[in-house]
Amino acid sequence: MRLPKDPRWLQIGFLCSFLLLGLTARDFPIWHAPLLFASCLGTQLLCERLLKLPHAGLLSPIITSFGLTLLLRAGAWWVPPLAGILAIGSKYALRIRGRHFFNPANFGLCCLMLLTPSAWCSPTQWGEHGLLLLWIFALGLAVAHRAFRADVSLAFLVSWIVLRTARVHSLGQRPEVLFHQLTSGSLLLFTFFMISDPKTTPRHRGARIAFAAIVACAAYVLSVHWVQNPIVWALFFCAPLTPLLDALTTRQEEKPACAPSQQPSLSPAP
Amino acid sequence: MRSIPAALAFAGAVALASPAQAFCGFFVGKADGKLFNQSSQVAIVRDGDRTVITMGNDFKGDMDEFALVVPVPSVLTRDQIHVGERKLLERLDAYSAPRLVEYTDEDPCNVRRVYPMAAAPMSAMRSKDGMMKEEAKVLGVTVEAAYTVGEYDIVLLSATQSQGLEIWLRESGYRIPPHASKALAPYIRQNMKFFVARVNVKEQRKTGYQELRPIQIAFESPKFMLPIRLGMANADGPQDLIVYAMTRSGRVESSNYQTVKIPSNAEVPEFVQQKFGDFYKSLFTKDWREHDQRAIATEYVWNMGFCDPCSADPLTPDELRELGAFWVGDPNTAFRGGGVPVTLTRLHLRYDADHFPEDLVFQQTGDQQNFQGRYIIRHPWRGSSSCSAASSYREQLPARHRQQAQTVASLTGWDMDRIHRQMGSDAPTDGETAWWKKIWH
Repeated sequence: MRLPKDPRWLQIGFLCSFLLLGLTARDFPIWHAPLLFASCLGTQLLCERLLKLPHAGLLSPIITSFGLTLLLRAGAWWVPPLAGILAIGSKYALRIRGRHFFNPANFGLCCLMLLTPSAWCSPTQWGEHGLLLLWIFALGLAVAHRAFRADVSLAFLVSWIVLRTARVHSLGQRPEVLFHQLTSGSLLLFTFFMISDPKTTPRHRGARIAFAAIVACAAYVLSVHWVQNPIVWALFFCAPLTPLLDALTTRQEEKPACAPSQQPSLSPAP
Repeated sequence: MRSIPAALAFAGAVALASPAQAFCGFFVGKADGKLFNQSSQVAIVRDGDRTVITMGNDFKGDMDEFALVVPVPSVLTRDQIHVGERKLLERLDAYSAPRLVEYTDEDPCNVRRVYPMAAAPMSAMRSKDGMMKEEAKVLGVTVEAAYTVGEYDIVLLSATQSQGLEIWLRESGYRIPPHASKALAPYIRQNMKFFVARVNVKEQRKTGYQELRPIQIAFESPKFMLPIRLGMANADGPQDLIVYAMTRSGRVESSNYQTVKIPSNAEVPEFVQQKFGDFYKSLFTKDWREHDQRAIATEYVWNMGFCDPCSADPLTPDELRELGAFWVGDPNTAFRGGGVPVTLTRLHLRYDADHFPEDLVFQQTGDQQNFQGRYIIRHPWRGSSSCSAASSYREQLPARHRQQAQTVASLTGWDMDRIHRQMGSDAPTDGETAWWKKIWH
């Protein structure tokens, strides 16, 4: 079977299957999806027009819309559109050396959670049914697709598993606790479709792996202090490290280690 | 204009026997008395890091055998411990229990509006000081504080090793389940303290109550959780736990287990009125199995200021304050629209060691949508009026009964034959209405 060249199509397919899994679980809301898609696509088109930029296609805002649909829960109608506007707007407004550094879906989600109690994230909303299959699928896809360079995802996942294993072991908990913590839908989404964003992770492979490990450590510290959704917050707070790590690594090397344009993410650049 | 079958509601209380039960911590006894640990009720009031937990218990054995061990985030002072009234949890239960609403169709020849008026609640579904301290030191256990509050003797312990704590509890006369140290260890390593309560029989007699009153504790901690793992140490099979979570606003859900809403607003056949307890038990069990025995069911989410329909009056501001909602009555926290600034979430879980490997962790959401487990009975109109509306009404009844039977089957997993038997003359016949009935009737 031939996989599409642009891995974002695979990503959209995967996110659709995740959405379907959510819809089979009871109480998964969908009313906010049209508002998110409209606001993300509309903001992208408006920004391109206002800034007179060439049209970059709609795959990127579609993927951001999917990410927000899956992660953001809202208690007011205005929350989803505002999240969409802030998510896509951050790609154009918050840039250093021509690159945005916040993952748009992560930025939209965290801003709204900071701004209003009417926005929240339900990390367990998918239940544990079928998640194992999706994990296998995502890992298989990461390995099989050449363009799906999942070094950040795998570095984050390994770091997170090591830290959680150490925690479970140090507390004297059973191995089942670790398994339970790792079969989380939001962890899966975050690992393969948020932190893997090529535009918001460092260019240099070594720096990317270090970035992933730092995010995992930050998430671990937050989780030990009982912060809800620690991995989402960790990426938000660590995002400004990307331009810093880029500056450090480009000083050391004249040539960037890799061009990340083909790697899938929740938010390819505008 | 077509007539709408009018509804006239009346209350029909459906009672279930409440089994004797306990809190989610484990019971330990000073003798080999029979201990119950099948179901329990806990109220948690949460505002920021401020937490008040009310631990209900329906312990029915010898008072001398009762003891309770609960991990707490810090050593509590005497003022942080209180003994509340049993009626508080009973009131919460009555107010938030899944309910059966009953309507009676009116004469279809006589058009009126629909007025749902009342509801029937489903009742509870569950249904030696000097030497002690010396010994404690050797075992790595420190008695941080000891109080007598109401009918309880309470000690707060810190421990450096779980085995030492297990030995200390056992040597102090508490009947500890085997391998309890394994369950205690994670709490010790998180630097949590242990709240240990047992009944002071003398004080208990003075209270004049036959049953134990709930213990309440207040503390500040970022940990919005309930320790359920200890309760599994001496559990024989799955246990049910009802959690009444109260916040200023917003539904509460678990952040480490899937939280689902219980199937609701279903129209069921009339016989369910007599079997509502069995019906809801079967419904809950089927839903629990469908979620791989790992989900938590939301049974009720409502602003405490009102209810619709009410199965019991909302709790009064005094009752809410007694449960720990300290902000109620404060003029600075008046609620928009005149409601009460308390949202109650009733969560019901059935847990065991295999499916709930971790303690429950909660988060407050911004969701303010009301929800209730509600089941509807519509008594058909059985009058003798004859008009075209009456004929068409009668023709629709078999389809309605068929639908109701299917609803019950899908909600409870009950066998269709059993449902039909219980429906009696309302049981749907196979196929369509006999063709001859359409000629002269």
